[in-house]
Amino acid sequence: MINISEVSETNEMIEKENLDVRTITMGISLFDCISDDLDTLNKNIYEKIYNSAKNLVSTGEEIAKEFGIPIVNKRISVTPIALIGASACKTSHDFVSIAKTLDKVAKDVGINFLGGYSALVSKGMTSADRLLIESIPEALSTTDVVCSSVNVGSTKTGINMDAVRLLGDIVRKTAEATADNDSAGCTKLVIFCNAPDDNPFMAGAFHGVTEADRIINVGVSGPGVVKTALEKVRGESFEVLCETIKKTAFKVTRVGQLVAKEASVRLDVPFGIVDLSLAPTPAIGDSVADILHEIGVEHAGAPGTTAALALLNDQVKKGGAMASSYVGGLSGAFIPVSEDQGMINAVNAGALTLEKLEAMTCVCSVGLDMIAIPGDTKATTLAGIIADEMAIGMINQKTTAVRLIPVIGKTVGDTVDFGGLLGFGPIMPVNQFGCENFVNRTGRIPAPIHSFKN
Amino acid sequence: MNKIIITVVGKDTVGIIAKVCTYLADKGINILDISQTIVSGFFNMMMIVDMSGSKVDISDASDDLEKLGEEIGVVIKCQREEIFDSMHRI
Repeated sequence: MINISEVSETNEMIEKENLDVRTITMGISLFDCISDDLDTLNKNIYEKIYNSAKNLVSTGEEIAKEFGIPIVNKRISVTPIALIGASACKTSHDFVSIAKTLDKVAKDVGINFLGGYSALVSKGMTSADRLLIESIPEALSTTDVVCSSVNVGSTKTGINMDAVRLLGDIVRKTAEATADNDSAGCTKLVIFCNAPDDNPFMAGAFHGVTEADRIINVGVSGPGVVKTALEKVRGESFEVLCETIKKTAFKVTRVGQLVAKEASVRLDVPFGIVDLSLAPTPAIGDSVADILHEIGVEHAGAPGTTAALALLNDQVKKGGAMASSYVGGLSGAFIPVSEDQGMINAVNAGALTLEKLEAMTCVCSVGLDMIAIPGDTKATTLAGIIADEMAIGMINQKTTAVRLIPVIGKTVGDTVDFGGLLGFGPIMPVNQFGCENFVNRTGRIPAPIHSFKN
Repeated sequence: MNKIIITVVGKDTVGIIAKVCTYLADKGINILDISQTIVSGFFNMMMIVDMSGSKVDISDASDDLEKLGEEIGVVIKCQREEIFDSMHRI
């Protein structure tokens, strides 16, 4: 039988160390909504999402209450809209009407983000893909909770540099379209290489084409729990360090697995995956950078940081893998800058640069995430940074992503506040040398040799 | 069997267990196990109860006990046993 010290340990993790279930995300396929009439399509989308998810928020709240564990976000991901709107949308403005429908239904069911305003163009773009991408600035500036993502490369296909170049421009235009709001539109736009089909985390969630009609995916979190556990093994060997991270990741993931199974039964929607992630928030004590500090680097970004992060990421996966029957999504440590107080401190201390963050993305679960950069950064420079990050993903057979915010009207030395979970942070400097002649080449970068495994 | 863990944490005072047990008896909730410690004046109790014969559901019991806790000056939480089982048992 459970004893009092085990009960106290769990409740301290929840009350003092910010253990929570970060998100229950319902994936919904919209393929059966397709029509060549835009009004019918919008109506079908609204009805499918509303009927599928009308009990999502209340069910999440019931589970949170019964188990005494906060479930911070309830969210929805949908089939990439470039596929769903291909037949009905003749202009980019037609796609924006779908974004508005998604925004409305998301608010009506009470969720805080909906992902899937997306296109999958890792090898080439259809005209619908291009229209959707071109509509992103207007879609993100005229909606509140819709998130957009574009997959521009994969290990199997190489990198679609035409899409990369276009997205450099789109990131800038999105920043300009939301300039009066610190370019916050860019916080809802992610560019991927090797995007997973079952990611529950925003802004990059979409319901992949390989998925069932509906699915429940859960993202757990708990950087504070890992940090507190590591405080007790200061100065110990790497073996002890790794064991401690694994055991903690196991416990955290088990909670996610329990909540996912329970939500699946109550909503009568199949359980998909648990995403074993360490997702920080701006709250004090909920920081991945603080874990790196506890492992032994003075600030995130100091020499040794990449190795410490590699170790952390791997142990989280090893501990979590045994705790859940199905693991997926992004699974690993996230290193967003504005959403992590320890990262912000590291930037302010001069320890963390964009280049070091790029190195860290080789061993973490995602990529260059939530980084505010000067508003005068050129579209070609943005495309160059995106291309670098996509190349890391392609060659290392891992997911990488870019979520940069060129904050219009601000420059190095200024700070920006996106509010809530999106956090705040300093504007980071960007390398000023050009890459126009590189990104202006047309076509795609071929798939790497190690993709030929057949 | 519908096992719930009730935890009571707060400053020690007369009648904490009595008040909690009276509420549970009223609602037909059976106590299976109680353990309790006092660490530097702080009362720390855990009860394992069975709610299968309960007149109220866990959500209402949780609200009632939270209110009762506020009256006594302690924090009372009601949680389903599975969260502890899944975290601490393989």
